[in-house]
Amino acid sequence: MVAVLELTNISKHFGAIQAVNDVSFALEAGQVVGLMGDNGAGKSTLVKMIAGNFRPSHGTMLMDGRELALHRPVEARQHGIEIVHQDLALCNNLTAAANVFLGRELRRGVGPLKVLDYKSMYRRAGEIFKELKSETRPRDLVKQMSGGQRQAVAIARTMLSEAKIVLMDEPTAAISVRQVAEVLNLIRHLRERGIAVVLISHRMPDVFDVADRVIVMRRGRKVADKPIAASSPEEVTGLITGAIEQV
Amino acid sequence: MTTTLDQTIKQKQQNWLGAILGSQTVWILLSVILACIFLSFATDSFATAKNLYNITRNVTFVAIIALGMTIVIITGGIDLSVGSVLCLCSMVLAVVMHAGYSIEVGIAASIGTALVVGAFNGVLIAYLGFPPFVVTLGMLSIARSLAMVASNNTVVFQFGPDHDRLLALGGGAWFFGIANPVLYMIVLALFTGFVLRWTKFGRYVFAIGGNEHAATLTGVPVQGIKVAVYMISALSAGVAGIIQTGWLGAVTTNIGAGMELQVIAAAVIGGANLAGGVGTASGALIGAALIEVIRNSLGLLGINAFWQGTFIGGAIVLAVLFDRIRNFRQSE
Repeated sequence: MVAVLELTNISKHFGAIQAVNDVSFALEAGQVVGLMGDNGAGKSTLVKMIAGNFRPSHGTMLMDGRELALHRPVEARQHGIEIVHQDLALCNNLTAAANVFLGRELRRGVGPLKVLDYKSMYRRAGEIFKELKSETRPRDLVKQMSGGQRQAVAIARTMLSEAKIVLMDEPTAAISVRQVAEVLNLIRHLRERGIAVVLISHRMPDVFDVADRVIVMRRGRKVADKPIAASSPEEVTGLITGAIEQV
Repeated sequence: MTTTLDQTIKQKQQNWLGAILGSQTVWILLSVILACIFLSFATDSFATAKNLYNITRNVTFVAIIALGMTIVIITGGIDLSVGSVLCLCSMVLAVVMHAGYSIEVGIAASIGTALVVGAFNGVLIAYLGFPPFVVTLGMLSIARSLAMVASNNTVVFQFGPDHDRLLALGGGAWFFGIANPVLYMIVLALFTGFVLRWTKFGRYVFAIGGNEHAATLTGVPVQGIKVAVYMISALSAGVAGIIQTGWLGAVTTNIGAGMELQVIAAAVIGGANLAGGVGTASGALIGAALIEVIRNSLGLLGINAFWQGTFIGGAIVLAVLFDRIRNFRQSE
């Protein structure tokens, strides 16, 4: 398989603090990678570099074989890298469709006289929810939605353009058991579309349920990177805590 | 499952009737209409052409600024400086025209002043992270002081060569006997309503009020929009100041004193939520109308004017109470 994104010797330090230290890995299309580690292990920093929030101090990122230098989150988006934030970044006072299209509104009209194209946005959002097999109504306010529906809205954003990589930060942290299953299904849909998914999670069962591969980080270093089938929750726990040094 | 996924997705949450009954603006409008009907029967003087002309015209100054204020409130901000900005802009217009310049120059100077004041507020709030309350409280003091400096704290009632044109602009009735300020108000309200519902700018205003952090993460130019919003608010105060100058025919340094509270009251009664994310242009108008009808009717009914504040304050609390009850029901 060809790597969609290849990170080579990536490091990031904030002053004297070494948040990410010499990490290399590759993401493949249609593969879900579970990124695990204790708080402060460098997961979020690593993902934020891929999403364009931070620039790496050292190392290179290659996307489809070309070097990738991101200065702003918008540029990551233009390259097909989408992120689902931990807090989902939703506006409760807007409809589901408005949230999906936030910052990328569709408009119609001629020349400078352009108005929001409500009809097209409702239709397109509806299509995406259908594809995600989520019972989410584009015209409903996000305020009134369940945790699973809110996740669907946030994930629908990543499907507006042809995303190649979707980064998800703790998508199952604060929702009910039934909704967790819903979100894991959404992740499988992304995989079926050939999207590379990076799933940051603390929840061992979720990662072992949905991921193809697991990467474990500890104190800024990558300490494991192996197929999920070749690992076990016990091993990953050991790697996270440091009981197992490296595999 | 009896309904398919398709049907669920296409389903609307509520029909138009539900939307109307759930809208605070509609209930306030209803109470304004009921009050008007009651007053028409209870007094001889309410439903006269002269009184209605007075009411509609008196509404406009508060209503025009309430339009700008509503946009600020939707973003989750507040602008306490509007009364003083109205005074400063009126005074700039008056002083420039008094010095012999044409009405065009006077209006340009006045509008320019409003935009500079608004940009100052906006930059401090958006880029330097000042709380809107503090910045605009400071501007409340600064703008009125500048108006006193500009006029040496005198009353200006001579507006140079274009004196009559200015008075016609604010005091005339060019269209079917409707007072000019009312026409300006209606045009501005339609424009504001259009911007809020149909433009990206309007969508971003609501997004910032709903969740500013989310708006930033999704690529909304939050800081630019915030500056624009405070410029619009100051501009609305400037426009109201120009019209009011033409209507009054004189400018003193205490016009617009305390007006910010009336304007905020109008916006809140009309359904704008001070926590941000909610508000409409029509609400601003209707809120201003309710305040004016209360004021007018107390006089006509022979109730002591000291009660005015109690009634207006009661209207504010009632309007928000309605909103609380609705939210309470939703959360159950």
